[in-house]
Amino acid sequence: MGRRGNMDLALKDLSELIATALPNEVTATVIANGELSVSVRSDAIVKVMSFLRDDVNCQFKILMDVCGVDYPDREERFDVVYNLLSMTHNLRVRVKVRTDEKKPVPSVVSVFSSANWWEREAWDLLGIYFSGHPDLRRIMTDYGFEGHPLRKDFPLSGYVEIRYDDEKKRVVYEPVKMAQDFRSFDFVSPWEAMDAPLPGDEKAEEPDEAASEGDS
Amino acid sequence: MSEKQIKNYNLNFGPQHPSAHGVLRLVLELDGEVIDRADPHVGLLHRGTEKLIEYKSYAQAMPYFDRLDYVSPQNQEHAFVLATEKLLGIEASPRGQYIRVLFAEIGRELNHIFTVCAFAMDIGAMTPMLWAFEEREKLMEFCERISGARMHMAFFRTGGVAADMPDGLAEDIDAWCDQFPQMIDDIETLLTENRIFKQRTVDIGGLSAEEAMDWGFSGPNLRACGVPWDIRKAQPYDVYDKMDFNIPIAKTGDCYDRYIVRIAEMRESLKIIKQCLRDMPGGPVKIDDHKITPPSRGDMKQSMESLIHHFKLFTEGYHVPAGDTYTAVEAPKGEFGVYLVSDGSNKPYRCKIRPPGFAHLQALELVSKGYMLADVVANIGSLDIVFGEIDR
Repeated sequence: MGRRGNMDLALKDLSELIATALPNEVTATVIANGELSVSVRSDAIVKVMSFLRDDVNCQFKILMDVCGVDYPDREERFDVVYNLLSMTHNLRVRVKVRTDEKKPVPSVVSVFSSANWWEREAWDLLGIYFSGHPDLRRIMTDYGFEGHPLRKDFPLSGYVEIRYDDEKKRVVYEPVKMAQDFRSFDFVSPWEAMDAPLPGDEKAEEPDEAASEGDS
Repeated sequence: MSEKQIKNYNLNFGPQHPSAHGVLRLVLELDGEVIDRADPHVGLLHRGTEKLIEYKSYAQAMPYFDRLDYVSPQNQEHAFVLATEKLLGIEASPRGQYIRVLFAEIGRELNHIFTVCAFAMDIGAMTPMLWAFEEREKLMEFCERISGARMHMAFFRTGGVAADMPDGLAEDIDAWCDQFPQMIDDIETLLTENRIFKQRTVDIGGLSAEEAMDWGFSGPNLRACGVPWDIRKAQPYDVYDKMDFNIPIAKTGDCYDRYIVRIAEMRESLKIIKQCLRDMPGGPVKIDDHKITPPSRGDMKQSMESLIHHFKLFTEGYHVPAGDTYTAVEAPKGEFGVYLVSDGSNKPYRCKIRPPGFAHLQALELVSKGYMLADVVANIGSLDIVFGEIDR
């Protein structure tokens, strides 16, 4: 408990430090589950990352991970999430920027070399474009793959399947055929999720009235 | 003598090559026999784990983690259950935590035995592999006795572990711990001062601590560069804060140092296993909240409520409060992180897996440039590359 308390205190100090040092860049700071996440403007990401790496009170020397999260209902549908580790202060911080399919996010490869493949992966799987990236090729998917599979509107089964064709003596690509449809169960309990009123439900809403009618 | 145009030679290494540790296609540009450029093409083992997890309940998502780094499956499960527990705001039962740490360390032994010996075989030493795999088999037997599966245990649960230790297992693991140092000594006799082994590893593929941090190194590969960083010490999870162990580090970060660090870590791991067995408290192996962990079979025969809990858990699963967390564990290969985003439903909204090997492999060009073709193999072996986790 003591460690967690100290951690939260340190994170609070850190979030204030970052917010005061970069007032125009930081849009929000949140501490939840003992973790600090800082939302910043996407065009300022390189400046923020350089600050976090070099400032004596931050020293976030390792960029552990860059990933995207897709929220298709939002106007700017993607979150790009950077997870950083400071070994000097034994702290972690998460930096988030928002973007959409078109707007590029400046690449942070110039600040952290490790961002190279993580950004390639985010480009490949989600279609987030990183401007200034030295080599933004696909990394995970097949050569010649189309689409970005981790987007929420990309079907789990994908669009093509491959097999070896014995007559053509080569691997062929075909539209995906499922022998059985993907079974997606709606597990939300019908007792809690039911919004449509059933006949007679209105009686439960007005118990007092019913009681007073009974009295008269 | 007439002038000759000398062109660099492009070499395709893999995807099917025994020293590629799986399916790595490595495009090398060679100047004579010296590496000029190394471009690893990964993703040949991409199975879309992250996408699949988004369509599974939390309990169903957990076994996917076994199949990432299949050399030490337990440690990945550990990261996922810890992330889920963090979002749920619960902590595993004390005995469950001890069993988890015990098997996480067994996973570390499994991994280091494999890595050290496969590395040795890559560069020509056959015997360690043959000797040490017997030890791996014994460890997998322990896994089988507790979970029923040799490799893909699927044994850790949110709130603890699936089942208690069977009778006699603790004694057998303890006995194994007593005889294993002899095997480490034997392997060291074959390798540590071996002239050929040292010629192939010392001063090969070294990098500085700054470079290692810049490239996102973690785990033994980072410690080999002289950075004393271990999540088990710095940000302890489960009962690692009660364990007494040291963090071995080396200096130059070359292939030999990475090997030495792993050998030392095997000995430290044994200490943790011993302490787990000694200090393990009694009590339940998972928490008593039947909204999250299933009730016992006996209860289900007696109590209607237990039956309902069981039914709900195995159809709908449990709902995790909305939020996000980046939870990392010290997996044998380095920092294995799970960035888990929940939208309050019974399925993860997004589950990003941070495999340590991904960062290590992308630095392959850095550590291989200017070295010989044969040193690429030594680098891949000593960086501990496994494609299950890199390609996901």
